Amino acid sequence: MKQVVRVAAGQGFWGDDLDAPRRQVEGGPIDYLMLDYLAEVTMSILQKQKERDPSMGYARDFVGAMESVLPAVTGRGVKVIANAGGVNPPACAAAVKAVAEKHGAGGKLTIGVVTGDDLLDRLDDLIRAGHALSNMDTGEPLSTVRDRVLSANAYIGSVPIVDALAKGANVVITGRSTDTALTMAPLRHEFGWGATSWDQLAAGIVAGHIIECGAQCSGGNCLYDWRSIPDLANVGYPLVEAKPDGTFVVTKHPNTGGRVSVPTVTEQLVYEMGDPHSYITPDVIADFTTIRLAPDGENRVRVSAIKGKPPTDKLKVSIAYRSGFKAVGTLVYAWPDALEKAQLADRVLRERLDRLGLHFDHVLTEFVGAGATHGRLAGDQHEAPEVQLRFGVRGPDKAAVERFTREIAPLVLNGPPSVTGFAGGRPKVEEIVAYWPALVDKSVVQTKVEMVQ
Amino acid sequence: MKVRLVDIAHARSGDKGDTANVGVIAYRPEWYGLIRDTLTKQRVADHFRGMIEGGVERFELPNLNALNFLLHGALDGGGTLSLKTDAQGKVYSTALLRMVIDVPEADAKRLQLPAAP
Repeated sequence: MKQVVRVAAGQGFWGDDLDAPRRQVEGGPIDYLMLDYLAEVTMSILQKQKERDPSMGYARDFVGAMESVLPAVTGRGVKVIANAGGVNPPACAAAVKAVAEKHGAGGKLTIGVVTGDDLLDRLDDLIRAGHALSNMDTGEPLSTVRDRVLSANAYIGSVPIVDALAKGANVVITGRSTDTALTMAPLRHEFGWGATSWDQLAAGIVAGHIIECGAQCSGGNCLYDWRSIPDLANVGYPLVEAKPDGTFVVTKHPNTGGRVSVPTVTEQLVYEMGDPHSYITPDVIADFTTIRLAPDGENRVRVSAIKGKPPTDKLKVSIAYRSGFKAVGTLVYAWPDALEKAQLADRVLRERLDRLGLHFDHVLTEFVGAGATHGRLAGDQHEAPEVQLRFGVRGPDKAAVERFTREIAPLVLNGPPSVTGFAGGRPKVEEIVAYWPALVDKSVVQTKVEMVQ
Repeated sequence: MKVRLVDIAHARSGDKGDTANVGVIAYRPEWYGLIRDTLTKQRVADHFRGMIEGGVERFELPNLNALNFLLHGALDGGGTLSLKTDAQGKVYSTALLRMVIDVPEADAKRLQLPAAP
């Protein structure tokens, strides 16, 4: 058994730095490259793509990432684990295979494809069988939006990934795996952690939580002493060096920018945190109040003492559904009295929308530069050099939202003075795909691993 | 003495649906007790009054010298529904750090707290 296993993060979301995966395999020794592509609403975007073209529905960026790391995978034995499969892991595997073959490396990849998380085709059966899939926030049953559902995927854990690795995969492609399982699974595989090794499993989850957002734990978006963080242009993405007992060090490759320190790691630990006593995953519940952090040399933080406990008998399900339309328009008003002018423009616009008989579920005005994000806490902004009027509408009627988008530009000539910043043209109407979090019994979700040579 | 929270703590925030979370971390371990005792649920709810629609939950992480707050109904519906600039609650962190707290002179001196300008 290896005494140290290195798992490096190369993507924190779909849209992250395209070159980071390559830098992670070339910058120093690693055993696994972990790529996280899925955020709450990503699955629905992928589902829409799959509806248009049945060979799509996965994170296309992953194919380019695989191409850039192929020499490391085929030559040095680096293994890749990614939830890039989205709503179509088999198609993702086929695309990866094709790109490997293009480079004459097709025979050197063994791809483990994890499926079983996709519940879309089973929703009616599940509802009929008494699974209400109620919204975790509102308590409403899924039946209230059933006809508008675009995608439904259970968050699955480490077991099928461990299984794929045990069967010899050097690339594992999943759909809606939890972000943290992508890091915990290879550690569990390498160190042989059992299904009830709660503390070790929890440690693997914490390691995953720290690196799943890429450079956000290694100097990116870090408030602590932010001016002193070096060379963000060449920011080092994080990696963990884990030991069989579940302790690990967070670090990054030498000769990279950014910083790994107790404050940078702590900021990431509290990111998107709920109840820190119960960080619930399909495999284990991790207790974040037990985590010990200690400096361990330059750009190294040692993490230890993590406690875990048995998980629940439910899986979280990520459901996306169509929920109307929205558009946001902006104009910029300049000194003097920038805020007052923007406020007048807001009143004029609202009155015009009323006169047109347009109705929306929701209209929101913000004055960017005068407290749009911090509200009244930002204090008096009457001397602001400029203020951006940001006006958004949301509603079920697409035509009404379309009509709204034509009401912004006229204000330039027929509204309050000192106005500019309209070069972007009319606002775009967006269909809203909303997120419906639910729980389902674990027993109804059976994952499957298929090996593609 | 008046002390600005931004001078004694850093923070990061994020979202889960329509809830924003704010993790507040003391710059020095010896300052953790002060933020733990000062940043009560009520104090934070008052701070954000009118900005969030739901309640506030509060958790302590003494091991990280940190507190975690959940601000419910903070994101205009959250995620893709929200019309807000900060639809994902990314800067509720610094909004919380705008808080100014009163600290008895003796404590401020003992803890070497920076005075608000």
